[in-house]
Amino acid sequence: MQAKTAFVGVGDIKPVTPLRQLLEKVAEHKGCGTSGGSGKASCGSSGGPQDMDPEVWEKVKNHPCYSEEAHHHYARMHVAVAPACNIQCNYCNRKYDCANESRPGVMSEKLTPEQASKKVLAVASAIPQMTVLGIAGPGDPLANPAKTFKTFELISKSAPDIKLCLSTNGLTLLDYVDTIAAFNVDHVTITVNMVDPEIGQHIYPWIYYKKKRYTGIEAARILTERQMQGLEMLTERKILCKINSVMIPGINDKHLVEVNRAVKQRGAFLHNIMPLISAPEHGTVFGLNGQRGPTAQELKALQDACEGEMNMMRHCRQCRADAVGLLGEDRSAEFTSAKIESMEVTYDAQSRKAYQETVERERQATVAAKAAEQEQLSRLADAQAIGMLIAVATKGHGKINEHFGHATEFQIYEVNAKGAKFVGHRRVDLYCQGGYGEEESLVTVIRAINDCHAVFVAKIGGCPKDDLKKAGIDPVEKYAHQFIEQSAITYFMEYVTKVKAGEIIHQVRGDADIRQGAYIAAA
Amino acid sequence: MAYKIIASQCTACSACEPECPNVAIREKNGIFVIDPKKCTECIGYFDEPKCVEVCPVENTCVIDKAYPRYQAA
Repeated sequence: MQAKTAFVGVGDIKPVTPLRQLLEKVAEHKGCGTSGGSGKASCGSSGGPQDMDPEVWEKVKNHPCYSEEAHHHYARMHVAVAPACNIQCNYCNRKYDCANESRPGVMSEKLTPEQASKKVLAVASAIPQMTVLGIAGPGDPLANPAKTFKTFELISKSAPDIKLCLSTNGLTLLDYVDTIAAFNVDHVTITVNMVDPEIGQHIYPWIYYKKKRYTGIEAARILTERQMQGLEMLTERKILCKINSVMIPGINDKHLVEVNRAVKQRGAFLHNIMPLISAPEHGTVFGLNGQRGPTAQELKALQDACEGEMNMMRHCRQCRADAVGLLGEDRSAEFTSAKIESMEVTYDAQSRKAYQETVERERQATVAAKAAEQEQLSRLADAQAIGMLIAVATKGHGKINEHFGHATEFQIYEVNAKGAKFVGHRRVDLYCQGGYGEEESLVTVIRAINDCHAVFVAKIGGCPKDDLKKAGIDPVEKYAHQFIEQSAITYFMEYVTKVKAGEIIHQVRGDADIRQGAYIAAA
Repeated sequence: MAYKIIASQCTACSACEPECPNVAIREKNGIFVIDPKKCTECIGYFDEPKCVEVCPVENTCVIDKAYPRYQAA
């Protein structure tokens, strides 16, 4: 990044907005995070800070929600201290709460700041890779400012190495920018679903602003103005901003390209476009009126279209307001208030640091592992016209280390002449429970990865193997416990060679489902 | 009359508590209640009752017919 810092030129930077410009440079350069259009997966080919601003890298490198690569290694937790909200969204119903469900706004146990602080210490002691504490609801953190900031205050005293972040709808952001900065909150997520009130009125029935309820276009206009001003003020203060957008087909799907442009202009670091979660049993307006969510292809097409503009986040698991653990797993049930009471909590900063250093070495090994294959691939001329998606069963560490039947989700990698890159994940039901598979769940799994040419697993039984083959998906066990990206490139090169030799005919795969409804965590 | 909160519908989100100009709302064993002696239906303060406006569940803060209509002094 030294070169780029010089490129921007200290003299060219307006005193109030240096980071914004710097971040735009980073975004253009696809330095980090959620893998850029360069085809190099994850955080740069070298896994180090040299291809991005060191200051930004330092902030995102162990933040699972801000760095795609980090999410394999680092864990986060949300504490549900903020129940109140000041806007109503058509995809949210605050009455719905279920321990078996994983989606934003849902939680089982409301905590006081003191309980939350104790929970954070307990989790940090049990899970050394827990580096990030977020407040994401279940309402809006800034509609509960006293509880939110009290929690930050307590945690910054007892566990100063934990990064603080919060996720807000942005309505009252302007009022708290200075407080956020004072607490060293260096990551803020703003949910921006529109920048046009005409569209906003179909997403937000009302907002409650300055002691008054507003509805319709007026509500959406106030919201979007406040969001954009808040975003500008945060980026001026060098606080990293991620934008979350819910993709609602027929309402804001095409418009999100404009949203992407607007937030990039204002210095947002990362854009996370998520599929609408909508089912009648959620009791939301969208769920009840039959509003559908996007298909996997629709979502990926929109993410790809926005990627030219800035970094896209594709590893979001749309987790609960009280989620604990690595993204894609939820250990919140292990840390209920009752259980924490009986736990012996010893916060050991030293052992946490040692663990995190091990993780750092591990992730650099992942990046180094694929270097040779990447080099070979660049010399394989026949690869140009071919691209494919590969589903991977993994427990983390960047390796193919999960049994097909035990996978609760598959990570999706796109492989083409440029290399292998993480482009998303698909949640699936537990296919194998109690040692035998159920036919119906297998159908669900196949539907969820139907757009993939192959599925990489550590192990797979005979029956599902045959069914996958029938569905045109190649079940691959031979890379068990090897690095994902390295294996994906190797597989792709073999595939291209076979196509060239006429052994197989390359066919384009169909679309896939994005799973709706309750996510039952592995018990 | 005063307003009351229908307990079975209340999500205990606490949004109403700080909005009440009469400080009539408080949490009691995990649910929120309006003190009918303090509630003025926001008459004299606002055009609309604040608890009704901020509540995320429609028809949860409603008029309690057990009490006579509030009369502004």
